[in-house]
Amino acid sequence: MDIAPVPRPRPQPEEPLNQQFWELCQTGWLHIQRCTGCGGWRHLPRYQCAHCGSMQWEWAISTGKGSLFSWTIVHQPMHPGFASETPYAAVVIELEEGVRMVSMLRGLPLDALRLGLPLELGFERQEDGFLLPVCRPVDTP
Amino acid sequence: MTERTVRGQVAVAGVGESAYYKRGQSPEPEIKLGLHAILAACEDAGISPKEIDGFCSFSDDRNDPTRLAAALGVPELRLSVMQWGGGGGGTAGAIGNAAASIHAGYADVVVVYRALAQGQFGRFGQGAPVPHVQGDRALSVPYGLMSPAQMFAMKVVRFMHDHEIDGETLRAISMASYHHAQNNPRAVMYGRPLTEEKYDSSRWIIEPHFHLYDCCMENDGAAAMVLVSAERAKDLAKQPVYLLGAAQGSGHRAGAGAHNATDYGSSNFTTLVPHLYEQARVKPSDIDVAQVYENFTGGVLMTMIEHGICSAEQANDFFQLENLLAPSGKFPLNTSGGNLAECYVHGMGLQVEAVRQLRGESVNQVADAKVALAAAGPMVSPVSTCIYGTEEVL
Repeated sequence: MDIAPVPRPRPQPEEPLNQQFWELCQTGWLHIQRCTGCGGWRHLPRYQCAHCGSMQWEWAISTGKGSLFSWTIVHQPMHPGFASETPYAAVVIELEEGVRMVSMLRGLPLDALRLGLPLELGFERQEDGFLLPVCRPVDTP
Repeated sequence: MTERTVRGQVAVAGVGESAYYKRGQSPEPEIKLGLHAILAACEDAGISPKEIDGFCSFSDDRNDPTRLAAALGVPELRLSVMQWGGGGGGTAGAIGNAAASIHAGYADVVVVYRALAQGQFGRFGQGAPVPHVQGDRALSVPYGLMSPAQMFAMKVVRFMHDHEIDGETLRAISMASYHHAQNNPRAVMYGRPLTEEKYDSSRWIIEPHFHLYDCCMENDGAAAMVLVSAERAKDLAKQPVYLLGAAQGSGHRAGAGAHNATDYGSSNFTTLVPHLYEQARVKPSDIDVAQVYENFTGGVLMTMIEHGICSAEQANDFFQLENLLAPSGKFPLNTSGGNLAECYVHGMGLQVEAVRQLRGESVNQVADAKVALAAAGPMVSPVSTCIYGTEEVL
């Protein structure tokens, strides 16, 4: 008997800035907040610049390029939606713009994970059509 | 202007705990475990539970002071203080809040407690199989990053890499807790020793660095501590143990879920430690024994380094099992078995053990211990630490 796979959790933030982040991901371009007061990039999405205090900001397109800042290999899935992929790597990528974000790793064997590895964010269409930012080693198809 | 400090002004009068169980094994409801712990602490202090007029807790404890006060027959409730923050980061913060309140005269007999029956109310560290996620978690859970073990492992990976620290250090931390639990009949892991082979062959929970035995247990249990003014403590049943310092807080953008913290590879103690030692008027080298919260062994390593107990450069030599064992190791650590092997009551048992060491009552007694450090849960925000001392060091 086939058992229907449990869908993976999708972001449904109640907070408008987080909603916008994910809506913009669905364009296939990674948008990160940039302060129009001092020009500083920031993530997670916030209303005020922690550096200059300005509440003026814009969504700007990130190059998606960065490097591996930290990683972990998940052996015990905490959500049944991820069980089929276990073990898998969750990573923190530090983008060229200076902000970090969590992502999933593609295109690299788990034993090849090294801090500082050049990575690039791209978008992976999920079964339900949702575009999720994932990262790959640079120059990997 | 007089110095603003609680140093030596407040004493621990009594400590106690319920029976400790594996998760789901408690035959009694959570609040009753809490009452057992509070009654045991009162008996230890020689104080009637009806004298309690203040309650402090942390980690969103479900058992609120109004219910406890009613159950204990407290005639007048004068203080009820909750330390913000989930997990175990607030254990020492709650004790500091109690001490400040006593010193300020808000209440006279304050109990700090944590009652936690994970078998009755769901488990810490579990991600619910929900279809949608909200809040900042929406920026990590869709990638499969959701449990504390997963989040914290990322910090430990960064820290151990940056400082070139070996994985064997974590094995020593784990084995020290298990070793001490073998002398502690209260410990859930009493009679279940851990060997290097057993540790090395245990399954990964999170790779790298977190084997099964690097992770705290899940338990049902409660622990409590009764605090009074130093003056009042002189007349009580047990030798008073004094609070020398208590500090809480965290650094810039230290939110545990936010992977943009400035000081990412950190247990989050760096900003509070100078306040702690300044208040306690002791140095790291004055500490005779330490109880350091093990949610995961990597957190213990970072906490001890950030408290100046050893430097990151010394860590590979310092974190050898023989150094960490009571009675004669260089730096006895987690002498009751702690969260790994005694009971995971969000670190309240570690604070209790610090007091027992200074009274000479530990099951793994360190000779002539005068100063004890007890750190709360690392890598969350806020975190907190207490330093206790005997009368001699006042």
